[in-house]
Amino acid sequence: MSAQPLVRVDDLAKTFDVSPPWLNRVLERKPRALLHAVDGVSFEIERGKTMALVGESGCGKSTVARLLVGLYAPTRGSVAFDGQDVHAALAQPSGRALRRHIQMIFQDPYASLNPRWTVEAIVGEPLVEHAIVSERAALSTRVDELLRSVGLSGQDKTKYPHQFSGGQRQRISIARALATAPEFLVCDEPTSALDVSVQAQVLNIMKDLQRERGLTYLFISHNLAVVRHVSDSVGVMYLGRLVEVADKRALFAQPRHPYTRMLLDAIPQMHATGRARTPVQGEVPNPLSPPTGCAFHPRCPHANARCSAERPRLLEIDGVRVACHAVEERRI
Amino acid sequence: MQALLEVSHLVVDIPGRRGTLRAIDGISFSIAPGEILGVVGESGAGKSLTGAAIIGLLEPPGRVASGEILLEGKRIDNLSAHEMQHIRGKRIGAIFQDPLTSLNPLFTVGKQLTETIRAHLPVSEREARQRAIGLLEDTGIPGAAQRIDHYPHQFSGGMRQRVVIALALAAEPTLIVADEPTTALDVSIQAQIIQLLKRLCHERGAAVMLITHDMGVIAETCDRVAVMYAGRIVEIGPVHEVIHAPAHPYTAGLMESIPDMSVERERLNQIDGAMPRLNAIPSGCAYHPRCPRVFERCQVERPTLIAAGATQAACWLHDAEHGKAVA
Repeated sequence: MSAQPLVRVDDLAKTFDVSPPWLNRVLERKPRALLHAVDGVSFEIERGKTMALVGESGCGKSTVARLLVGLYAPTRGSVAFDGQDVHAALAQPSGRALRRHIQMIFQDPYASLNPRWTVEAIVGEPLVEHAIVSERAALSTRVDELLRSVGLSGQDKTKYPHQFSGGQRQRISIARALATAPEFLVCDEPTSALDVSVQAQVLNIMKDLQRERGLTYLFISHNLAVVRHVSDSVGVMYLGRLVEVADKRALFAQPRHPYTRMLLDAIPQMHATGRARTPVQGEVPNPLSPPTGCAFHPRCPHANARCSAERPRLLEIDGVRVACHAVEERRI
Repeated sequence: MQALLEVSHLVVDIPGRRGTLRAIDGISFSIAPGEILGVVGESGAGKSLTGAAIIGLLEPPGRVASGEILLEGKRIDNLSAHEMQHIRGKRIGAIFQDPLTSLNPLFTVGKQLTETIRAHLPVSEREARQRAIGLLEDTGIPGAAQRIDHYPHQFSGGMRQRVVIALALAAEPTLIVADEPTTALDVSIQAQIIQLLKRLCHERGAAVMLITHDMGVIAETCDRVAVMYAGRIVEIGPVHEVIHAPAHPYTAGLMESIPDMSVERERLNQIDGAMPRLNAIPSGCAYHPRCPRVFERCQVERPTLIAAGATQAACWLHDAEHGKAVA
């Protein structure tokens, strides 16, 4: 076991200013509005492992992804990659080298590939950009190899994205992400736009590549069944905060946080025909005015006065990190 | 008992510059009163087009080329647009995937509900409003009496879908066509909406055709399920049998490719290749180039639905002659 995790995220926060324009604030006395998209998130990912982040829309999981690859600058906190502070490094001209090691796969394979570029130009761009190869012939061979590694053929490189199906396009995205031989891939809902049989193809390729190249993944998804299949550890997010972080087996065998339990209970299951589920009540609150105390308390069946007043911290309880007063007090 | 909806040999064509594409190729099925039929398949299998053909909302140039659609024993596929308008809403309610685009942003939800109710039922404005409030209450919208005067953008995604369900049920239809009603929603909301749809349709005795790509939703909601592939029904039967003992190799492959919470596998089964394009449907069985159990007959002769245990599958494996040849 390596002592140092490859990725260490410490108290990461991102606040967006969504205030009305200045004139409205002055004339209509509207206050400034701040959206705490990510609020104090900390986790670690070991080399060669997959950590999954799950949660419903608006919980901040994609913002975490963008913070990790440096697309957003954090409001507070830090991301360390192999011991090096990512955002400090990216501010330097020499930070380009770091970008080679962290790559991202996006959700929508229709929007993330330039329709006017050939596959060779798309997959080859990172190679040229980072001056990994300089000769045309070498570029062409390298693109061939990359396409073959994701199950496409070298002949596909003269085609354009519209000539491919959704699953094939997502493989092109993966090939592009692999071009710089990264160590860490951030995958933001890589299969949610795909059909199930195609999703299986893409997930299998991702697993194979991880085994062959020792890749580390941050896998963002709202689909718990997929998360269970791909991940080693899981972080559950609710309104910008981590409510539970646990080993995959522990999380699925014994979910601790009431929100995790609710999510697990909400998944329609194929092998439980006719089983009546108890659907959760309520919806995710408006992130602009989150509830006081624990953000989940208005929907939580175990909430008491403390939950509505005091925000629970992420504490290690029985080897699992949970942010819940009820779990801490052994009420549940 | 007479079927509520009877679709027989339905063919939908989409004429284009480069020839006519056959999007739905001779599908037949029926729905009994009060029954929930699931229609499942991957993108492009033709499940949404089937729904659109039934509610008479096929987008031109798409058209029903042949076959019949019977609602309570009467043909509805050859009605004029005007006649169809009376059936749509009154006898067939529709729920679509995106609740925001199914509602008019310029009118309050109350206005849209009372308009629908008054278009189909002989009631006064006041009665219609009372009914509308009742419907919103039934769908679990808190404070329905106040919320009725709000505009769609003031509702959250889950609440909007409740309004859409209220709209679909407004004129007490006997059939609801729900096209991916929960796909745009989060899992916790999805569970609420599915239960709501199931409860309301059961209470009102309405039959439902539930179109979705999510097998989990099908398993929990439906009585029977039809699996579609490349514009054809490849298997149809009771939900439990189709999921646990699929008779068609495509259904079997599909089931194994879904990551499931209750079984842990190192690798998911994958069906290699992709669904054929409409302009290049293979000869014989459309699934044969991807099928692991393909034999000669599959490549030349197109299978029809054959009884296979409790379900029916369009696969030559279940043909009596094949059984003899193997034995």
